[in-house]
Amino acid sequence: MAAILDFVIAFLIVLGGAFALIGSWGLARLPALMSRLHGPTKATTLGVGGCLIASMLYFPSHGMSWSAHELLITLFLFITAPISANMIAKACIHGRHVYGDAVAKYEVPLPRPPHPDAEWATFGSTEAAKPE
Amino acid sequence: MIDVALTIALTCIALAVVLNLYRLLRGPTAPDRILALDTMVINAIALIILFGIREGTTVYFEAALLLAMVGFVGTVAYAKFLLRGDIVE
Repeated sequence: MAAILDFVIAFLIVLGGAFALIGSWGLARLPALMSRLHGPTKATTLGVGGCLIASMLYFPSHGMSWSAHELLITLFLFITAPISANMIAKACIHGRHVYGDAVAKYEVPLPRPPHPDAEWATFGSTEAAKPE
Repeated sequence: MIDVALTIALTCIALAVVLNLYRLLRGPTAPDRILALDTMVINAIALIILFGIREGTTVYFEAALLLAMVGFVGTVAYAKFLLRGDIVE
């Protein structure tokens, strides 16, 4: 039983390290910011989740007390990763005119808004926030 | 077996941090650098956790928890500054 648990822990640790590496490889290799966002926000978060689950299994199985820290870190990372990705994507969309040539080579144009009269919500919100 | 797995995973994450450093230095835009810093913080959390398993203590988890919270706040503050030119309005 202990051998099986050790195998599972080792597997999760290797999986976590591999996913973290794949996410960072995507960050370094992909051509544009919007595609670069995919690597770190999905693969790297999953990799850290694997490491945390491994440590959650490791400590009780090796005679130490279980602590809620790993669970807290996992929850916090999985909640905050999409929020920070959304903020970075918004900063990129609103800064398109600022960065100019640095992104123009790779950047695909924004897709059309879903309705002809409507604008993308992120542009509308800044307009609405302005005082009259 | 776990020792070998830890060595492999620590090597992978060290390589990942080097790749993040490349993106952080290369840019080309400010959001790219923010994204690279955010990923670097996440990789640092993974490094701390694996180091804690290797040393067999749980004292490092407080540092990992703090890094998770401060890293998120830092990323949001940077992105907010780029969006609005101000952090607290």
